[in-house]
Amino acid sequence: MPAVKERSPFVEAYESFDKSLGSQGEAVKRLRREGLEVFEEIGLPSKRQEEWRKTNVAALGSTSFRRASGGTSGLTPEKIRPFLLPDCIDLVFVNGRFSAELSRPGALPEGVFAGSLADAMARHADLVEPLLGHYADGKHPFVALNTAHIEDGAFIHVPRGVAVEKTIHLLFLGTTEGGEAVVSYPRNLFVAGQSSQLTVVESYCGFGDERYFHCPVTEIVGEANSVLDHYRLGQESLGAYHVATQKIHLERDTNFFTHSINHGGALVRNDIQAMLDGEGIHCTLNGLYLARGAQHVDHQMRVDHAKPNCHSYELFKGILEDRARAVFNGRIYVHQDAQKTDAKQSNRNLLLSKDALVHSNPQLEIFADDVRCTHGSTTGHLDDEAVFYLRSRGIGEEAARSLLTYSFAGEVLDEIRLEAVRKDLEEFLFTRLPKGNIVRQAV
Amino acid sequence: MLKIRNLHARVDDKEILKGIDLDVGLGEVHAVMGPNGSGKSTLAQVLAGREDYEVTAGEVEFGGEDLLEMPPEDRAREGIFMAFQYPVEIPGVSNTYFLKAALNAIRKHQGLEEMDAIDFLKLVRAKMKLVNMDEALLNRPVNDGFSGGEKKRNEIFHMAVLEPRLAVLDETDSGLDIDALKIVSEGVNTMRSADRSFVVITHYQRILNYIEPDFVHVLVDGRIARSGGKDLALELEDKGYAWLDPKTAGTAAAAVMA
Repeated sequence: MPAVKERSPFVEAYESFDKSLGSQGEAVKRLRREGLEVFEEIGLPSKRQEEWRKTNVAALGSTSFRRASGGTSGLTPEKIRPFLLPDCIDLVFVNGRFSAELSRPGALPEGVFAGSLADAMARHADLVEPLLGHYADGKHPFVALNTAHIEDGAFIHVPRGVAVEKTIHLLFLGTTEGGEAVVSYPRNLFVAGQSSQLTVVESYCGFGDERYFHCPVTEIVGEANSVLDHYRLGQESLGAYHVATQKIHLERDTNFFTHSINHGGALVRNDIQAMLDGEGIHCTLNGLYLARGAQHVDHQMRVDHAKPNCHSYELFKGILEDRARAVFNGRIYVHQDAQKTDAKQSNRNLLLSKDALVHSNPQLEIFADDVRCTHGSTTGHLDDEAVFYLRSRGIGEEAARSLLTYSFAGEVLDEIRLEAVRKDLEEFLFTRLPKGNIVRQAV
Repeated sequence: MLKIRNLHARVDDKEILKGIDLDVGLGEVHAVMGPNGSGKSTLAQVLAGREDYEVTAGEVEFGGEDLLEMPPEDRAREGIFMAFQYPVEIPGVSNTYFLKAALNAIRKHQGLEEMDAIDFLKLVRAKMKLVNMDEALLNRPVNDGFSGGEKKRNEIFHMAVLEPRLAVLDETDSGLDIDALKIVSEGVNTMRSADRSFVVITHYQRILNYIEPDFVHVLVDGRIARSGGKDLALELEDKGYAWLDPKTAGTAAAAVMA
């Protein structure tokens, strides 16, 4: 292990953690050690690094986060009810650890596993070990940190040809322990077997302005011809740090949709990387972020077109108020072999105040010569003409602005296929927007 | 009903309205014609309350109240409707539900009970026929993806549902084919009544073949250069606007204005 000048508090905390885990398999232990070594070497990113230039995570290093000790921190089914989704199988995790007592399991088709990663590592090591840590970029500081702390999270495995009709909702609750800020590292792996079908929602939620740090990594594997509908709902507490990585690996003819919705958290960073590693893939990556106060939300996208004849669509929209900050870095990378690529990326931001700020940077890197790629970014205020149009029909100014804000979000809303998520988001907007009752009537 | 006195307005530093006087009585239809840049649309926007235009002098009284003091939504609630020259597309906001919210805002202001969904739907179906609206357009977002003609028809449809006391049509006829023009005009004619007035702003005389005005005014360079009956429109159709413009017609126009 290389010597380090200054030991990160994250590493200090590690040692006691490592000792506490006796019984897990050698493969996972090895993975953890590798993660630790990488993290010790690279440490927390600084603003000098290009992809961290606009998001300062120094506060993470200077805050003392205790490792979550487990248990449900006094959460009751009553308290978490607002976060549950109707007609779903709800699997609940508190500070990264599965809670059977808070979960609402349901019947799954034969051969499907959906539950705790810790449980899966113990009982289905053959399914987990070959894939866990195989896709996420091990050199990413927060992936390394998470990998060093692999303990629990969600594991979903859908065998070949099986369609899971019920939506699986993974609810990750962050909370303080005895008033102390804690860090947790949920580690998730979803595998959709060949020609299978799966709808999964990851929610990250917290209460009030509690301070905690959620650092999840999710690896998603879509085997050939599978259909995956994925949602990510960021509703962290307003004091929370959330630094997440999703690595999506798609094989030929997969249909993949993901929607990342975020309105929680003090600092949110979300790296979404999709590797299109087969022909005939359709991959949609959409998102909507709302930020106000001093919230900071950063999305780093990377889509790799590695094979010919694939389509990728990205639409990310942001609504910012007060002094909120947003960062969007979109990169589409078209490899030399990826002829007939059809890639579209768009990031649009609505600023509702003078002091809100967006750094948007869509990028294309194309090494094939027969492709159709477009990217665009817009940032602007509400259209005065449109506000006037609505007011001229008798709608008050505040309601007119809210209606147009809702309308701005509508493009993303309309593409959400899972009704429970769409309705939830609509309801959130009606509550959030001034004169939301008029918006509710008018849409 | 509407009294405009010495109205001056500018946008940025450019003075556009340079002293308009106009009286519109109950039940009357006034056509306001004029060449490009004469201030026709500015007049409509100022009446509807567009804040980009600064009123620098003059008064506008509507139903005995100071119109210029009111924000746009209050003007609408008091019974002014402006049909936009370029109706705005609002994706994600349903044409029907939006209209219901607008109607109820107006009714509330006027001390009337809000209309429930069933009564509103009845009203909408009745008004739809008026402008030959396709039901599909009701369920779409406001003007979203509508053709030019559909947008204009939608404006008249909004007007029909909101039943204003004064409707200002800002070049609603521009760019319409003859079928759409007839539909729009019929909509207006059906709405004509003893207690509803219209200001029809137009660049072309054509619409006045279908909507017969009580008065015609010609706006040139921010002033009403001439007022008359419906025959004035025909005269303009023959001669164009140039003879009324002091810049192009020199002393002849000066004589007319005197």
